[in-house]
Amino acid sequence: MKDFNYHSAKDSKEASKLASSSSAFLAGGMTTIPSMKLGLATYKDLIDIKNIKKLSGIKVSGKSVTIGAATKHVEVSNSKDVKKAIPSLSSLAEGIGDPQVRNRGTIGGSIANNDPSADYPSACIALNATIHTNERKIESAKFFKGMFETALKKGELIEAIEFQIPEKSSYQKHPNPASRYAIVGVYVAKHKGDVNVAVTGAKSCVYNDKEMSKALSGNFSSSSIDGMDLDSSEMNTDMHASAEFRASLVVTQAKKAVDAC
Amino acid sequence: MIKSYRVRILIKGEIMGKISLEVNGRKVEKEASDNTLLSTFLREHLQLTGTHIGCDTSQCGACVVHVDGNSLKSCTALAADVNGSKVTTIEGLETNGKMHPMQEAFKKLHGLQCGFCTPGMVMSAVDLLQKNKKPSDTEIRDWLEGNICRCTGYQNIVAAVKEAATKM
Repeated sequence: MKDFNYHSAKDSKEASKLASSSSAFLAGGMTTIPSMKLGLATYKDLIDIKNIKKLSGIKVSGKSVTIGAATKHVEVSNSKDVKKAIPSLSSLAEGIGDPQVRNRGTIGGSIANNDPSADYPSACIALNATIHTNERKIESAKFFKGMFETALKKGELIEAIEFQIPEKSSYQKHPNPASRYAIVGVYVAKHKGDVNVAVTGAKSCVYNDKEMSKALSGNFSSSSIDGMDLDSSEMNTDMHASAEFRASLVVTQAKKAVDAC
Repeated sequence: MIKSYRVRILIKGEIMGKISLEVNGRKVEKEASDNTLLSTFLREHLQLTGTHIGCDTSQCGACVVHVDGNSLKSCTALAADVNGSKVTTIEGLETNGKMHPMQEAFKKLHGLQCGFCTPGMVMSAVDLLQKNKKPSDTEIRDWLEGNICRCTGYQNIVAAVKEAATKM
């Protein structure tokens, strides 16, 4: 790994002051460190933000669950409050990587990285999450821009993610048997008035499937999306699954999610 | 937890800082460059070579150690970012020359063949039993998701963890 300067920031202000065009924030490091070791990313400065107390913790209010950016996956999956308010979010966290990854990896890191197969971005889209940064609030629909791309500007730090509590929800994924990343993951959430069907793993970036959302908003039953023929032209093809298979998996997982709601 | 305090100096053009840890109950302080991984720090700075490096890409789990009581993959953590923590490696499990019940169980039930994955497997399994005293076969297999063994086919490893659960 190339040399860099390690800094441990005591608050968001110091963290963003240290940021530059060749720096990265370090939380759990579950993606940052492997990418640096493989030479896929190099930084002059790594700014550790996990010791910033304000960034950790879970708060539940009547309508929303707010999770600090440096909160670890294991903390989300073990939280009784999350389990009660949004059980699907708790089980999503429990299904990320392996126990050692869950002991280190953070929700903010997962979202800032925006891996096309990551689990948390789908939760943000499905649960109409608001991303709170040190500068502003960003709606999820405007946050995830493309493969590994977000609306975050240089030096902008995610502080918390606020999820809207749905009436019903479920996250179902078809995991890669080795990495446990989603080959396809579908997060279905029924809110008052509408239904979100957030899909991860299928395309270059997480998205809300409008066709399925519309069908399920009309009739919230898996029969209303049964046999739906989704357009696979923009879907990923790799050694694990073809675009056509992914298109079919999206419907299968969405049906499973609706049935589990 | 020891208070985290890091002084930084420049040695031979490398940015070095002091790493203070409590490793297996012993306080250690060493200079290390900022890009030193915890696995490297343990193996090369402290000569604790029981922690193995298998894949070095955070998949195989041979490098699992405990930091402040929780298991983590030491090849995917910087020594600097666990500064001030309590670390337990495989060398820290024995008491007065007597093997830990998990080590005994792995030995008794042949939970290893070549033994390369074993330190990580044992450390991960010990963490499981801290959190779940009587895990089922499925819970053991799920927990050991991040530990790869290419010899045993896992049967004897699962049996060893179950045996250890009756002794711990």
